[in-house]
Amino acid sequence: MTPLLEVADLAVRFGPVRAVDGVSLRVDRGPFGLGLVGESGSGKSTIGRAVLHLVGTAGGQIRFEGADVATLRGRALKAYRRAAQIVFQDPDNSLDPRMRIAASVAEPLVAHRLLARRAAAGRAAELLAEVGLDPGFAARYPHQLSGGQRQRAAIARALSVQPRLLVLDEPTSALDVKAQARILALIAQLRAGRKLSYLLITHNLGIVSELCEQTAVLYLGRIVESGPTSALLGAPAHPYTQALRSAVPEVHVAARTTRIILPGEPPDAASPPPGCVFHPRCPLAIDRCRAEVPALRSPGPGSPGRLVACHRAEEMLAGLNPAAQR
Amino acid sequence: MSAMRLQITGLEVSFGQRKVVQLAELGLAEAEIVGLAGDSGSGKSMTTLAVLGLAHTVGATVRGSIRLGGTELTTLPARDWRNVRGRRIAAIFQSPAMAFSPVFRVGSVVHRALRLHGMTRAEAGDAAARAMRQVLLSPGLLHRYPSQLSGGQLQRVAIALALALRAEVLLADEPTSALDVTVQAEVLELLRELRDRDGMSVLFISHDLAVVAELCDRVAIMQDGRIVEQGPTSQVVTAPTSPYTAELLAAVPRLRAGGAP
Repeated sequence: MTPLLEVADLAVRFGPVRAVDGVSLRVDRGPFGLGLVGESGSGKSTIGRAVLHLVGTAGGQIRFEGADVATLRGRALKAYRRAAQIVFQDPDNSLDPRMRIAASVAEPLVAHRLLARRAAAGRAAELLAEVGLDPGFAARYPHQLSGGQRQRAAIARALSVQPRLLVLDEPTSALDVKAQARILALIAQLRAGRKLSYLLITHNLGIVSELCEQTAVLYLGRIVESGPTSALLGAPAHPYTQALRSAVPEVHVAARTTRIILPGEPPDAASPPPGCVFHPRCPLAIDRCRAEVPALRSPGPGSPGRLVACHRAEEMLAGLNPAAQR
Repeated sequence: MSAMRLQITGLEVSFGQRKVVQLAELGLAEAEIVGLAGDSGSGKSMTTLAVLGLAHTVGATVRGSIRLGGTELTTLPARDWRNVRGRRIAAIFQSPAMAFSPVFRVGSVVHRALRLHGMTRAEAGDAAARAMRQVLLSPGLLHRYPSQLSGGQLQRVAIALALALRAEVLLADEPTSALDVTVQAEVLELLRELRDRDGMSVLFISHDLAVVAELCDRVAIMQDGRIVEQGPTSQVVTAPTSPYTAELLAAVPRLRAGGAP
């Protein structure tokens, strides 16, 4: 069966900056979650936008249900715009401050001519109930809602046109932890109830561990490691994944791992360093890393479904600890 | 209790009849990091404003006592605040860019603050450079504009300013919430180092108990303006006595190897 979304060798450039460089991804039919993890400037949001055909690509292919998104025109493109929806970090990006919540939620239904205005209003009420918002919120304006409630409304709006793919771009980063936990529970519930597939963009490894079967870790526009979330977090094969994992704050002392502090800042994407782009900050870098770009490859038969771009992946999996190197 | 650098007693912040903060007691000793945790609307940020003497700017009234060393802050005349706010009590916020102006080099902002607080031109230059090294940044970065620095670097410069002024208390209101996890880890590490090496006292305000658990010696949990629980951090997070604390703890996303959906 063709996957829902297949991204092959995607490249996005902004002038001299290679924001996304040779990224391949696969999102299965729902319920399914793919986590895109990385820090500011890693290209994760750009990938989300490229998938939605919101930024132009400089190379590669994006196939949705087998069809190349770049070739879609007219009615087919409109259908794709319904099938793939986005939820932004800041719900205020999708809610007009001058529109009542119900009107914002109903707007896509009217815009896509799926329902007449009156029927759309009724549908909006159902959607608000589905995302756990009291009917009383329908007539309110965005500023009368809390951040978590606004994000629920934004999710209801995205769901209104029955998408098969959701791009969730840092959906909880602007919320406090309790509101975040409630939104994560909502996503889990929608995923099961609607058989949703989503691309979840986040810098929080805890979130992908709760919601995503597969995870891809990005650094400077490239995938450095991907695979089943549990295996990837359980035994990172790339030193960058290990460093990210060690940086996640843990409540309990027993759950903490030795923190790996990465020296310096990520390099300039307009002039990436030679060899492995991570080598200037990598505690395990050897001469080979400074000269030779590591290919994204399987780290061995013992790690099914995993890919890693590191010359020392086998050593990592065998227990080499970057924390001990510095 | 006299050894406390900052001592809050019976603090009440209210808007008209509505009391948004009713804080019985909270102290911060030398070389101590105390967490003030709670979710949105719990009164953490109003407490911050009260300590900075800025609550009246949003229309709130403050009662009770906030003592900084020997100085009572709640009754401090406006002209005396100049020597306290920003100097004896430094503050860093969620968005470090707010502390700088996009049209001035960060160094000129730092320099001006140091000069305003009485340093000569030469002293300010030396102090700024020294403080930059203390936060592990090259003094050369002072010549850059805020847009040329990362969020983590800017937050470090804001902390450096507090160091250069030898602030007695650093008020940190969600200083890492907008940062990437690895950068957050660096800033937390830096705060720990400043506590251990320079005896810095930090009131650390956050909604994230995992961050608080990593950093703070003691923590006070705030709900609806009141402290519902307070104690050594390890004790509060392992055996919370308040159901609200338990709720905050449960909300932290867990890294579960082998636990994908």
